[in-house]
Amino acid sequence: MGLFPFCMPYFPFLNKTFPRGIHPADNKSTATIPIRRLPFATQLTLPLNQHIGKQALPMVQPGQEVVRGQPIARADGFMSVPLHAPADGVVEAIEPRPTAQGTWMDSIVLRVFDASTQEYGWGEPQDMDGLTPEGIVRAVWDAGLVGLGGAAFPSHVKITPPKEGRVHTLVVNGCECEPYLTCDHRLMLELTDDLITGIGYALRALGAERAVIGVEDNKQDAVEAIRRKLPENGLIDVQAVRTKYPQGAEKMLIHSLLGLDVPTGKRASELGVVVNNVGTLAMMGRLLPQGHGLTERVVTVTGPGIARPGDYWVPLGTPMRHVLDWAGAPGVSAREIILGGPMMGQAVASLDVPVTKGVSGILVFDDRHIPSGQDRRVRPCIKCGECLRVCPMGLNPSMLGMLAAKAEYDAMGSTFHLGDCFECGSCTYVCPSNIPLVQQFRVAKAILRERAA
Amino acid sequence: MSSLIYAGVFMALLGLMLAWMLAMANRRLHVFEDPRIDRVEEMLPRSNCGACGTAGCRNFAEELVAGRIEPARCTVNTMDANVFIARFLGVDPGKMEKRVARLACAGGHHVARMRARYEGLGTCRAAAVAGGGGKACAWGCLGLGDCETVCDFDAITMNPFSLPVVDADRCTACGDCIEVCPKDLFSLQPISHQLWVACKNRADGDTAELQCEVACTACGKCVADAPAGLMRLERELAVIDYARNDLATPLIIERCPTGAIVWLERHEAKKGRGAKRILRTTPLPLESGA
Repeated sequence: MGLFPFCMPYFPFLNKTFPRGIHPADNKSTATIPIRRLPFATQLTLPLNQHIGKQALPMVQPGQEVVRGQPIARADGFMSVPLHAPADGVVEAIEPRPTAQGTWMDSIVLRVFDASTQEYGWGEPQDMDGLTPEGIVRAVWDAGLVGLGGAAFPSHVKITPPKEGRVHTLVVNGCECEPYLTCDHRLMLELTDDLITGIGYALRALGAERAVIGVEDNKQDAVEAIRRKLPENGLIDVQAVRTKYPQGAEKMLIHSLLGLDVPTGKRASELGVVVNNVGTLAMMGRLLPQGHGLTERVVTVTGPGIARPGDYWVPLGTPMRHVLDWAGAPGVSAREIILGGPMMGQAVASLDVPVTKGVSGILVFDDRHIPSGQDRRVRPCIKCGECLRVCPMGLNPSMLGMLAAKAEYDAMGSTFHLGDCFECGSCTYVCPSNIPLVQQFRVAKAILRERAA
Repeated sequence: MSSLIYAGVFMALLGLMLAWMLAMANRRLHVFEDPRIDRVEEMLPRSNCGACGTAGCRNFAEELVAGRIEPARCTVNTMDANVFIARFLGVDPGKMEKRVARLACAGGHHVARMRARYEGLGTCRAAAVAGGGGKACAWGCLGLGDCETVCDFDAITMNPFSLPVVDADRCTACGDCIEVCPKDLFSLQPISHQLWVACKNRADGDTAELQCEVACTACGKCVADAPAGLMRLERELAVIDYARNDLATPLIIERCPTGAIVWLERHEAKKGRGAKRILRTTPLPLESGA
């Protein structure tokens, strides 16, 4: 296959992939629209914990004026990242505010000055070539970078070489297998140079030999754009993988690209592989040379309920209501709003929650696109086995669902490997009985976590 | 013919030998168990609820016979039955104040606003993982009745406003509802704790009252009316120091404007005269602005 890379676009069935999975309609109508910029909202709300790990510690007081890019909270330990002011303004309060998860969380509330511009008032350009691997990790940490694909795992932890073993391959995840989302696609097209630069930093920090960029073959333009910019030394390679959900899941992509299977309970780094999202690495390449922190991200705002769908640069902390006002969401007909993709994203109950580092998309669906009544009724499992046919992890979602209904959580965890489920939603998508399997699994996982604690 | 006899004799000898081994094992490996444990277990309710703090009724019986626990710790038995056990074992029945599960929320759907309609799996646990449920108040009762389902003693019923009501007579203080509630609204309280804050909303007063008409707005009237040290305001919520519970009187709740501070009688929660009266019995309409 490697002999004829030029003919690959014509034979997508030859592209690499993983077993099982599903093919939902992709609805990526925003892929051709360049990324646009949103104006600042009058007030930004920055939760102190926008990442997986420990809450950041505020460094500012209410009443204090800050400039764009200024650090306003510092990391509390290694599993924590700092926070930067997304705009010039004054800190109004540091108090609990509602978040998309439904709970209230300590947040820095920033009133944005009317004259706030895109100019960064903080951060000095730094000489990246002179940095040691530890220096790069430190710079990534200081930039407050987290995984921008949605998990919001601190990036500096990911690019720190593991204590045992060695990382040989950096897998760059450009699959964007979730329907509707196009933010990574646009980033690959528009920030190609930054992406290559960022991959270079990550390779140096990890001491890895090579990087492979995996892009689903419905984004041939992105593959071509990246291929044109690849460095001469051949350290970085780009490969089209088959368009199939959930191709962008860590274990799936490692299987597709490298033919390796990550065993249960092990991390990919134990096999010498680290996976990073293209968005994260593009931001790494964009921010680090300037010495800037992460103050904004690209968010796909789309769905049948949006008048002006597209990808937008959204300052962190922007209220969802502000984003939807600008993208033209007729509030009346909106029925369901999802943060992230439609498969793994989360429905939100309030518009007065901020966009955080982990929000990759805002999807608005109206009444016509959300089933109701009979179409939504949950029926008993008819044991058709569709969910087994699609589960990318090879689990038995039907059995797990029946155990969940009987509250047999321990059996789910120990005998039926609930811990391997990463909640991709394929089983729920194909279930003809409308059984909300993934929601049951999320509940079961939460209960098992509580019991273990 | 002789082989038949040999076989018969061999089998008989083998049987005798194994029987002797069993008999020896029974004698050598015998574990003495106090026969009173079985008797005491028969006197227990055998609901294995765990309210006494042991793993179950058998375990409780063992602890009783060993004298490590008092009979009164069983809250499911009647006091008479516990006295009977105490007399059987010749110990003091001990004293145990009756405890009841109390809900720190009064926001039924006729007073608490909804900001979104939740349509997923019909349990509180499931609603809690899906954006925290549809209620405007992030701390309030989700009203889907996980506690009603989990209660082994039918002590919890959902009232017409989707709020659980605990029957103090039936509640054995086993703690199952505390474990199941995703919002941590239940706690076990001695029956003498009659002064009660039926709210956990930590939003500022105006926001709290927008979210729920019976929320504690942290106005501080109860703190001003209570004897010194009994009540205080803590992060936008009135808090009772039960170490000074003997100072509590029904007068403290009289000026509470929303009725979040209540005085618990055996079968009802009394609001003060200053509390606004709630006449509405229908659910509040969905409000997207909340």
